[in-house]
Amino acid sequence: MKIIVCIKQVPDTVDVKIDPKTGNLIREGLPVIINPDDKAGIEAALAIKEQTGATIQVVSMGPPQADVALREALAMGCDEAVLISAREFGGSDTYATSGIIAAAIRKLGMPEILITGRQAIDGDTAQVGPQIGEKLHIPQVSYVEEIQEVTADHLIVKRQFEDGYHIIKIKTPCLLTAIGELAKPRYMTVSGIVEAYNKEIKVLGFEELKDDLELDMIGTKGSPTNVYQSFPKQLKAPGTVLKDMSDDELVAAIMAKLEEKHVI
Amino acid sequence: MEGFKLTKTQELQRELFHTFAENEIRPIARDMDEAEEYSMELVKKMQKCHFFGIPYSKEYGGAGADVLTYTLAMEELSKVDASTGITLSVHTSLCCSCINEFGTEEQKQTYLRPLIDGSKIGCFALTEPNAGTDASGVQKEAKKEGDHYILNGTSIFTTNSGFADTFIVFALTDKSKGPKGMSAFIVDRTMPGVSVGTNIPRMGIRAASNCEVAYEDVVVPADRLLGQEGKGYKIAMQALAGGRIGIGAQSVGIAQGAINEAMKYVKERKQFGKPISKFQNTQFKLAEMQTKVDAARLMVWRAAQAKDAHENYAPLAAMCKLFASDVVNEVTRGCVQLFGGYGYSREYPVERMMRDAKITEIYEGTSEAMKMVISGSMKI
Ligand SMILES: Cc1cc2nc3c(=O)[nH]c(=O)nc-3n(C[C@H](O)[C@H](O)[C@H](O)COP(=O)(O)OP(=O)(O)OC[C@H]3O[C@@H](n4cnc5c(N)ncnc54)[C@H](O)[C@@H]3O)c2cc1C
Repeated sequence: MKIIVCIKQVPDTVDVKIDPKTGNLIREGLPVIINPDDKAGIEAALAIKEQTGATIQVVSMGPPQADVALREALAMGCDEAVLISAREFGGSDTYATSGIIAAAIRKLGMPEILITGRQAIDGDTAQVGPQIGEKLHIPQVSYVEEIQEVTADHLIVKRQFEDGYHIIKIKTPCLLTAIGELAKPRYMTVSGIVEAYNKEIKVLGFEELKDDLELDMIGTKGSPTNVYQSFPKQLKAPGTVLKDMSDDELVAAIMAKLEEKHVI
Repeated sequence: MEGFKLTKTQELQRELFHTFAENEIRPIARDMDEAEEYSMELVKKMQKCHFFGIPYSKEYGGAGADVLTYTLAMEELSKVDASTGITLSVHTSLCCSCINEFGTEEQKQTYLRPLIDGSKIGCFALTEPNAGTDASGVQKEAKKEGDHYILNGTSIFTTNSGFADTFIVFALTDKSKGPKGMSAFIVDRTMPGVSVGTNIPRMGIRAASNCEVAYEDVVVPADRLLGQEGKGYKIAMQALAGGRIGIGAQSVGIAQGAINEAMKYVKERKQFGKPISKFQNTQFKLAEMQTKVDAARLMVWRAAQAKDAHENYAPLAAMCKLFASDVVNEVTRGCVQLFGGYGYSREYPVERMMRDAKITEIYEGTSEAMKMVISGSMKI
């Protein structure tokens, strides 16, 4: 069994700064990490590897500096690492990015399980994972919080939903997008880091993927998205706490509020 | 390391040690100090990440990293908890190194492998109630009888002994020869006659385990002799020479940890209507302290690099320990001073760091002993 995990290197920060002119994130000077949802995906893949002996390829599209994210994934226990990187890929939006990654996956050979994170903390679009699935014509489950069963031809997974969850049986090959709750990532190991730097990281550039890509489908030219406005998340207004009431009064107060908001 | 810079591998290792220390050790460091007890759960977590065999060959189950990487572990772990630093140091550079450097292939497979893959913890039993700086005064005795030795005596201040599995014990096999009659043995805690006392109450590194150990007619099979009879003193001195690099790194870690705490505090604490970080004294004090810590770190790295290159590192190791242990005492005292009364209270970790700092001038050779080593190498 082969698993491919897609990871992105992102700035590690809670208070992001946005360039007021371009509306893009200012990345200079920020420490970088593996996107947290993606890291949960790595952990889930490692757990499957322990169970089934699967091999794990970890794939990242980004500048050459993304090397360290791939080394970290190797040091956690992934088997091979692939960097998708080319000048032609620069400026790609989610649409172009997912096309490039899908081409890379076709090149690497379709795995039984393809895992991406739900969304990256530097963009919060949650689009790339599902788009890759669509472009590869494989079934997908997003917001996966638990993988309950793994066999060669199907998986059973639990998908988080706003007011509950779904248990879904899905045929392989398939794509899952992982949320943080899926798995608490393990640490690298000291020996893992030594090995990670003894391994070769495969680089897929434009040359390697060009048969499967059109120049006007990638980079800035192939990106239909225009960023209209970016803004840091605002805090939601605090909830109301009802105190000093009997149980019946509390129920009545909540019901009244729900009716007022037309929830019921 | 190249040109004062860490390699990418070493950088990533440092990040691992740092993240682990922040997430797993910082939340419990104070409690362990108060309870005067080391967390076995923490030991297990460190084992999982392969912390117990950092500079040893993969051939025997080690992590295959270098001595410099080991100093990064010592620094990062000691930044938040010096007790963790010494636990790792005694295991790695005192216990394991003896077997790694003087053991036979069979001894390495049997005794070193479980130590460096982390399934067993080691300690080093040289010091006795009447033999400290003068280690040649060791009185423990191992008498050969057929295919085994009968070991008798006492070791004191034996770090890790409260929970260690494997003890490197130094004892006289020939009393008439003094230190030349000293030999080193691999002893198991489970051998009948080995009894470990209670933790010795201490000023600092209180979470570490540090007990007196009695050896009473312990039957030690002859194949547990390290090197040859009479090599014990040399083995001990060599292990300690290497260990000092780790203590240098521990000192740098405690000092940097204290500076980091102070940096946060001085920006928050206000007196005379402004943060105390605005006072020039605060800025200059921190600048002086950081400069000394950086100098100490470079000395540690230089000694580690020399050991990695199999050069004569012993004087460099003694120098880095002498300097770094002095710096950490000055720095932790200075940081408590910047905190004022709150630094003296147990609410903040700098008081613990100041208590922990003192031991670095004492164990693995006192500062006076370091000067003997350094001046000896200078052939004055
Ligand atoms: C917390 C802790 C952990 C330890 N862990 C271990 C361990 O794991 N294994 C182990 O074997 N030992 C261990 N030790 C022992 C430690 O290495 C000794 O305490 C140290 O070597 C000093 O020996 P001493 O305490 O007997 O002091 P002494 O040798 O009695 O020294 C007292 C003072 O006299 C000075 N002095 C001695 N000789 C001279 C001289 N010739 N010239 C000038 N000054 C001199 C010393 O520098 C010191 O200032 C540990 C000690 C402590 C406190």
